Amino acid sequence: MTLEELEQIATEARAVKEQFPRALNVCVAAGCLSLHSDAIKSALDKEVQRMGANCRVRGTGCMGLCSRGPLVSSEPDGNLLSNVAESDAAEIVARLDGAMPERLLISREQPFFQRQTTIVLENSGRIDPEKIEEYIAADGYQALVHALTEMTPAQVVQEVSKSGLRGRGGAGYPTGLKWGTVAKTIGRTKYVICNADEGDPGAFMDRSVLESDPHRVLEGMIVAGYAVGASQGYIYVRAEYPLAIKRLQTAIREARRLGFLGSQICNTNFSFDIEIRIGGGAFVCGEETALIASIEGRRGTPRPRPPFPAQSGLWEMPTLINNVESYANIPTILRRGGEWYASLGTKKSKGTKVFALCGKVRNVGLIEVPMGTPLRQIIFEIGAGVPEGHCFKAVQTGGPSGGCIPEQFLDLPVDYESLKEVGSIMGSGGMIVMDDSACMVNVARYFMEFCMSESCGKCIPCRAGTAQMFELLTRMTTGTATLDDLGLLEELCDMVSSTSLCGLGQSAPNPVLSTLRYFREEYTEHIVDKHCRAGVCECNKLSEVSA
Amino acid sequence: MLTSTKKPPPLPSDDKRWRIVNGTMRRHGFARDALIETLHTVQEYFGYLDPPSLKFVAESLRVPLSQAYGVATFYHFFTMKPPGKHTCMVCLGTACYIKGASQLLAVAEESLNVKAGETTLDGNVSLVSARCIGSCSMAPAFIFDGEASGNVNETVLRNKLEGWKN
Repeated sequence: MTLEELEQIATEARAVKEQFPRALNVCVAAGCLSLHSDAIKSALDKEVQRMGANCRVRGTGCMGLCSRGPLVSSEPDGNLLSNVAESDAAEIVARLDGAMPERLLISREQPFFQRQTTIVLENSGRIDPEKIEEYIAADGYQALVHALTEMTPAQVVQEVSKSGLRGRGGAGYPTGLKWGTVAKTIGRTKYVICNADEGDPGAFMDRSVLESDPHRVLEGMIVAGYAVGASQGYIYVRAEYPLAIKRLQTAIREARRLGFLGSQICNTNFSFDIEIRIGGGAFVCGEETALIASIEGRRGTPRPRPPFPAQSGLWEMPTLINNVESYANIPTILRRGGEWYASLGTKKSKGTKVFALCGKVRNVGLIEVPMGTPLRQIIFEIGAGVPEGHCFKAVQTGGPSGGCIPEQFLDLPVDYESLKEVGSIMGSGGMIVMDDSACMVNVARYFMEFCMSESCGKCIPCRAGTAQMFELLTRMTTGTATLDDLGLLEELCDMVSSTSLCGLGQSAPNPVLSTLRYFREEYTEHIVDKHCRAGVCECNKLSEVSA
Repeated sequence: MLTSTKKPPPLPSDDKRWRIVNGTMRRHGFARDALIETLHTVQEYFGYLDPPSLKFVAESLRVPLSQAYGVATFYHFFTMKPPGKHTCMVCLGTACYIKGASQLLAVAEESLNVKAGETTLDGNVSLVSARCIGSCSMAPAFIFDGEASGNVNETVLRNKLEGWKN
């Protein structure tokens, strides 16, 4: 494959598009699919055939505004139709030339779309994820061919370093530095792993990227393989994402067919292949050493680091592990240059970040904003605020390893450092908005229950500590705790976070610590007055009886 | 040292599904790290893992039975109990939790008279909970017999469970 041949495929794909200037794109990513968008697609197909309209009906990836799904967009006018039902199909096809039904139309001019900057999601909702030609027509695989034929591995690493990209899995380790370390380490074979074990509850960015634009991730991985000198890649994906697995399998097959995977890619000496490994539903497998253990067919328990996977990872060989979103950024970085990427974002956090905005907010969905965008803009402009009748209380980022951020910090620019300062973390990108109907003690208990059941049991602080903290929090929510318990809880938080083996245990106290920091009065209300102001906890029943 | 020359065990029965399981192992060259992949295949075709199937897989891949059992019990996705005819999966992810999934779980538990993780006595419905199925934008979300459903409320849930009863 040369750049000319790639251009040829792109031209052919664009010619098909020109033949049918009109197209109806139906979102067939998991969100809309759970509202049966596949039935809408076949209904539209049938109508187009019945009326003999000159129009294509395509299945595409996520269009972002999931709460208004099922979504359909029309080309070339770019209209976006929301809450489409099967019964609307005839009307939509009949009105292809004129104005679309007013009740379905939503404006693209609203802040939800206007405030976003898309890199990772640039093709999402615009191309058919099961057709490699459409990805190529959208400049796909250009970066790979360019890197393989015109750049040395060291130059690729340098470009990634220049971009300032940091690990999108949550910890924020500089990606270029990691690539450089693996590239320099000597080993018989090296491996590239894509961490798609998106275990944070309330996060669906990786799933959406894999379902909407799988080739972007493959391209990033192949480039990584070239840069570090690996010949085998693994994608470790959750079993809970059957659609993402299916699309990845299709994508890998297509990439092999066109010679982007296999031996002697683009007539160079570089060979690379990718295999999928399906997870077993264990949150701890998001931790890199546990993930490696799981790929090796063992229980997913972490081990102490160092040695880091970059030195000794899969089968004790140098291994590069990055998150889905990190790889998805690579094609654009190489195509547009590391400097361009570094011009987006803040001083220490470059580029954009994808967030899964959900919970008590009007516009629920998948968004991508430049680093440094204030939380207020994300929640109140893009998200359009909390539904009527309630008011904003906190936003939770980073899942069970993160924390709750109260209203006073809403003007905080979102980047790795500032979120850490206020007691939360960037995490993989889940952002859950809570209103006054949420009880913070109960939220802390919810996350502690999660950590308790997901603790792998290898180290004692995490195994026993999370269980004790859960017990204490349960006492508070049921109104049987004393103020001494609060002191004990704080002590345990400190102990578990400083002595646990891996990130799961070390960060398990974060939800408790951050709610204690900003909502301490709710804890004392639960303990002293046996009162839950949100009316969620059982302790309210006790206070009613005594009153 | 484990005897690598030992012959692989015979298929447990003439059930065709064992050949598919064997095929998965062959595709991975009977390598030990294919354990999880193989268990996925067993569960996909048989619905659950039982001691005979664990024994067969462990012997074929030359891993200790304890390791196979350890893996099968470590990962939430694997089950050692036969599932019911229908499966109702409740998502308990954060977004679903904020939108009242635990109340819906209570409704399902009361309606089926089982706890999460159990199957009704007549073997009709299994009630299971999931950590997060990634359909957060459609919270609260359920998976009824493999089909995801978003924005579920009490009425929808009760109707669905009622419909499975006969």
